[in-house]
Amino acid sequence: MQNDRDIIHIESLYKSFGDFRVLDGLDLSLERDRVNIIIGRSGGGKSVLIKHIIGLLKPDSGRILVRGEDIVPLNEGEMARVRKEFGMLFQEAALFDSLNVHENVAFPLHEHTTKSYSEINEVVQAKLAAVGLQGMDKKMPAELSGGMRKRVGLARALALEPKIVLFDEPTSGLDPVMAAAINELIQRTRQEFGATCIVISHDIDATMKIADNISMLYEGKIIARGSPAEIRENSDPVVRQFIRGEAQGPIKVN
Amino acid sequence: MRSILGWLGHQFLGLLQELGRIMVLLLQALSWLGRPPFRIRLYFKQMEFIGVNSLFVVALTSLFTGMVLALQTFYAFSMFGAEPLVGATVALSMTRELGPVITGLMVTGRAGSAICAEIGTMRVTEQVDALTVMAINPVQYLVLPRIVAGVIMLPLLTIISDAMGILGGYLVGVQLLDIHGGMFMNKIQEHVTLADVYNGLIKASVFGGILTLVGCYKGFYTRGGAEGVGRSTTQAVVMSSVLILVSDYFLTALMF
Ligand SMILES: Nc1ncnc2c1ncn2[C@@H]1O[C@H](COP(=O)(O)OP(=O)(O)O)[C@@H](O)[C@H]1O
Ligand SMILES: [Mg+2]
Repeated sequence: MQNDRDIIHIESLYKSFGDFRVLDGLDLSLERDRVNIIIGRSGGGKSVLIKHIIGLLKPDSGRILVRGEDIVPLNEGEMARVRKEFGMLFQEAALFDSLNVHENVAFPLHEHTTKSYSEINEVVQAKLAAVGLQGMDKKMPAELSGGMRKRVGLARALALEPKIVLFDEPTSGLDPVMAAAINELIQRTRQEFGATCIVISHDIDATMKIADNISMLYEGKIIARGSPAEIRENSDPVVRQFIRGEAQGPIKVN
Repeated sequence: MRSILGWLGHQFLGLLQELGRIMVLLLQALSWLGRPPFRIRLYFKQMEFIGVNSLFVVALTSLFTGMVLALQTFYAFSMFGAEPLVGATVALSMTRELGPVITGLMVTGRAGSAICAEIGTMRVTEQVDALTVMAINPVQYLVLPRIVAGVIMLPLLTIISDAMGILGGYLVGVQLLDIHGGMFMNKIQEHVTLADVYNGLIKASVFGGILTLVGCYKGFYTRGGAEGVGRSTTQAVVMSSVLILVSDYFLTALMF
């Protein structure tokens, strides 16, 4: 089933926490050099899915192929090698709260490159400018709003110009203008660095605009996958209800 | 009766399991010893935090411990005219026992709890995961420097503690209770050997390892938000204190 264009390929992934099944035989393909967007309900397991892709969680069963290599059986040392190709923005940003904004963004550069301080400073300034936070270097994470923290997290995730970037709800909690700017940044990340973007999003309008392909997660499975146009035309009542944001339909509010 | 035994058994198994997990974390941390990258700054930062910042509270508590020891032993010893031995008693108690134990317990309260709260907060806010995602091993980055700092700094603090305790004993014994100063010091020299001092320092090293390891362990496996951080911090302090006192007994039995 695996396609040459797929950079990540997931087969029958199962994950439960105790008796609570979150991923229920999920299959998913994510394309190289594309913006892949995963949509689904809150609490539906999107963050759990993305944590499996980067090896923070191990599945109960199933395979996760990154460039054809199954990462499920890898140990921590081997996983560290795979992770160097990834950048990740956490849903709550996960900034180091003992470090200021500049140090947070510089952190992966100090750790994984031999760049000098001035070279690192240049990269940090460029990344902060890209997320609209120039001049905020000295602020501590506790002094920032949720949206600003998220943008610092984004700058940090992009600092090493990774080949695969995972974005966990990059625009939730941002005002519409900033959300649009971040969406543009995601597209630019793909175009300029040729990175594969994997985005979790609630924002249907933006998803339709920037996605190359969309996968919908529902009850532990991917129930629909396709281009924005295909998803919009999808006849599955669950997908239709979700895309249109309607209270009435097969998805129960509880 | 049976249910009490069952409950005890359950608790005991739980404790064993926890000690096992702590040992696993220790071995993981030690496996990174001497492996690059070294990040010397992290070690110095922890040594400052655990050692330098605990200096005042350790010195103060030790001073008063020495003072009260002198007061108590003076009354007992004066019953059979052994007042000059007060100094030696204080010095032996401090170097062999109270210096390391007081230092261990004070640093547990000051730094062990803070280590747990800091790492626990990093865990529940996904900062530990963020390290992992950046291909930085969190045990190497967070746990090892703290354990090393504890093992190195506790003996140094204990030297201060011993000295302050003896000073306290001197102040009370000689200045307040009129023991002859020369006799006081002579008896200390006569009865306290170097082995008393360095065995005490070895104990202190072990306590430093225990309180940092337990703090890291409880922080590392924290669950459940801010409330969880509070819970594991309390547990870390209780568990470290208990382990310090229990291991103190066995170390003493082995050494002296
Ligand atoms: N480490 C964990 N332990 C137990 N349950 C978890 C854990 N992580 C996530 N869950 C549960 O899995 C479900 C999916 O969570 P999540 O992936 O965060 O949802 P979302 O789609 O909103 O990102 C939630 O019900 C959550 O409570
Ligand atoms: Mg989520």
